[in-house]
Amino acid sequence: MSPPPIVNTVNLVRIYQDGGVPVPAVRGVDLKVEAGEFVAIMGPSGSGKSTLVHMLGGLDARTSGEIWLDGSRVDTLSESAWALLRRRKIGFVFQFFNLVANMTVADNVELPALLAGASPREARERREYLLGELGLADRADAAPAQLAGGEQQRVALARALANRPSLLLADEPTGNLDSRNTRDVLRLLGEVHRDGQTIILVTHDARVASLADRVVSLLDGQIVDDGAVGPVRRRPRASAGDVVELRS
Amino acid sequence: MRLSLLALLAKEPAHGYELKQALEQIFGRAYPSPNIGQIYVTLGRLEKDGLVKAVDVEQSNRPNKKVYYLTAKGREALDAWADEPTEGPRVRDEFFMKLVLAPMTGVADRTALINRQRRHYLALMRDLNELAERTDRGDRVALLLIEGAMLHLQADLDWLERCQEDLP
Repeated sequence: MSPPPIVNTVNLVRIYQDGGVPVPAVRGVDLKVEAGEFVAIMGPSGSGKSTLVHMLGGLDARTSGEIWLDGSRVDTLSESAWALLRRRKIGFVFQFFNLVANMTVADNVELPALLAGASPREARERREYLLGELGLADRADAAPAQLAGGEQQRVALARALANRPSLLLADEPTGNLDSRNTRDVLRLLGEVHRDGQTIILVTHDARVASLADRVVSLLDGQIVDDGAVGPVRRRPRASAGDVVELRS
Repeated sequence: MRLSLLALLAKEPAHGYELKQALEQIFGRAYPSPNIGQIYVTLGRLEKDGLVKAVDVEQSNRPNKKVYYLTAKGREALDAWADEPTEGPRVRDEFFMKLVLAPMTGVADRTALINRQRRHYLALMRDLNELAERTDRGDRVALLLIEGAMLHLQADLDWLERCQEDLP
């Protein structure tokens, strides 16, 4: 029997109440993500992207439908059961970084691994690797408040990966980064993905989305497209010359 | 290409093949490599317009080569080019025409058009990512050209999203 998908949603719906008026944010999403897949979720603002990944991480409650993670139903879990599940299985990168203010960068990154039962040595090695990949090795002893926005965002990514979670969820992980820092984040995402990390991320950054195996497009809370980023449909080429020519 | 050649000739007289090599060396892999035929055709037109002149230089064992140099009129054209702002991109996008017209005429469905175009842009972006990875870190001109192409592509995708939201 093949293993269950890491994520499986069945007719997932989220309706907010705005002064008594129901506002549907997610309207019947069926999404299956297999282990090791990298899925980018795109769509205009207000299309339900963030609401969807927040529900997958237990940070927002569904109105109806089902959410299954790794073969278990989770939409019926209590808050504390969700907290435990997140600690063990899910890494989350928010648009705003939610770092612990009175801990150093190093401790922020090591904490999730320690909570999940890693030895201090394992946690330290993993932290050193992740911060190094993100160009932050020399910021390990800083407090989050001493870092620029783009640095905090990369620390948040390192923290989310500290644990080698079954599922990495991210909401606009390059939203605050300039193009050089984006490149570091892209490289790290590509690397952990090649090592088998399952990733679902919301982005409107095409550089990030183009790394994904699959792009899911939302519009008005529904999936309007779901498919692989295929090869470019024209003759193969050896240099960027043609790219620049085409774009000019 | 006319003005790039004039600019190179303002630096020093050169023959066609030297101009090709100079363009390749300055712009690297990110620039469409000009073929030598195009360069000679362009030089011929510049000569006819009086912007460059050629002198034959004798070579031992080989046919004479033509060395081109800039005329006063050519210098004026180059100065005028340098003094003008360059035209920005114009929205004369073939995809947009298709997007507006195809559903009206029953040729294609708008959602299908948008989805196909989005996938195509993302595939192009993936190529650019890979190209940037393969490009030497020190090759700033090439990397900036690639980054420019990426930013244009991102704008195309953002615009696609706006079309998706606002077209009925």
